[in-house]
Amino acid sequence: MFATAPILIASAPYESTMGLVQKIFYVHLPSAWMFLLGAIICGIASVRYLFKGDPRQDRLAWAAAELVVLFGAITLITGPLWARKAWGVWWQWDVRLTASLMGWMVAVAYLLLRKYGGPGSDKLAAGLALFGMANVPFVYISVNYWRTIHPTTNVVPTLPTSFGVPLWFSAGTFLLLFILLLRLRVRLEEQRARVDALYLSMDA
Amino acid sequence: MFAQIVWLVLRKDFTIEVRSLEIAYTTLFFAISCVLVFAFALVQEGRAPEGGAAGILWIAIAFAGTLALGRTFERERQAETLRALLLAPAARPAVYVGKLLGIIVLLLAAEVILVPLVALLFQAPLFAHPVWLALILLTGTVGFAAVGTLFAAMLVRARSRDVLLPVLLYPITVPVIIAGVRATGALLAPEVDAGVLQVWVALLVCFDVVFLTLALWTFEPLMTD
Repeated sequence: MFATAPILIASAPYESTMGLVQKIFYVHLPSAWMFLLGAIICGIASVRYLFKGDPRQDRLAWAAAELVVLFGAITLITGPLWARKAWGVWWQWDVRLTASLMGWMVAVAYLLLRKYGGPGSDKLAAGLALFGMANVPFVYISVNYWRTIHPTTNVVPTLPTSFGVPLWFSAGTFLLLFILLLRLRVRLEEQRARVDALYLSMDA
Repeated sequence: MFAQIVWLVLRKDFTIEVRSLEIAYTTLFFAISCVLVFAFALVQEGRAPEGGAAGILWIAIAFAGTLALGRTFERERQAETLRALLLAPAARPAVYVGKLLGIIVLLLAAEVILVPLVALLFQAPLFAHPVWLALILLTGTVGFAAVGTLFAAMLVRARSRDVLLPVLLYPITVPVIIAGVRATGALLAPEVDAGVLQVWVALLVCFDVVFLTLALWTFEPLMTD
């Protein structure tokens, strides 16, 4: 699929006003979806870990958070590249943009906490993920309202979505990549946990 | 019973604080120097930038609040009293509420000094609508402190907690900052639009309710080893 996707994208028709730049959407949109999917998985797994204490959920949340940062970074880099051409500016304080940026920052904070927080940081990170989830509607409402009372001249154009086949194809590819990376990452953490358990049993 | 524990925790913190006034003095002075730095950076030829006052006020509150939050729990950690506090046969949420009230009182005290200072240095008519301003400051402070107290308590046992507190706190409290700055900015406009103010205050109240509930709900599992 990775081999075929570029060919499909290349053969897709040029969008009338934006030309070549529009093709960035075949990367941008799927990665944004994976970004969202990862955030949802991380949030749900964190809540379950916080109240049930199942370490498998914790490992899943960690793996998902790393993917959120990865796909979020792809989204946030490809977005401005397109926006520069389409809107004439690199960045707009638009609802989606701001909410994505905040979500991405929470995920980065989550990883920083896991990495540098020392022992006990797994629970704290789960709490952070829970708060980050609860925060999304507030960011959304506040930015939305802020922008509507301060309208900008730069109207966000409606997004072209009818470039069907290559888009869905790359979305499928990204989904498979997401699942693959998630499974690899969870397995790595499982093996690490098993090694830790073995060390502990040798000491005993 | 709940109220009694809240009161005891609050009174304990105040008794310790009144002896040295360490946190109060350092936080207040930090907040003042923060505003002064902004004044040096932004006021040019005696003219303050348009609409900057609201943002500067809230940035100063957020920075001073972070400092105060870190210090409050650092004291518990140094004296090894947090464990005692958590071992006490008291409801955990009550301990949280007691700590939270202490932070809110401290921040409100800081705001009493910050608001006139910002009004003076940035020529902002902040006292034109005192009731609205008080309402915005109160709801905003409660929201910021509700999240901050929980995070600061969580991070007491973590490594590099000083750096992690702002890293975790600011992305989560972005709605409070946006709503606080916009509402205060609306107050400073020549003609105050009550509808706009109501929406922002309503948002702040919702934020307070949701995050207080969440914090009370998660304080117990988060503080258990």
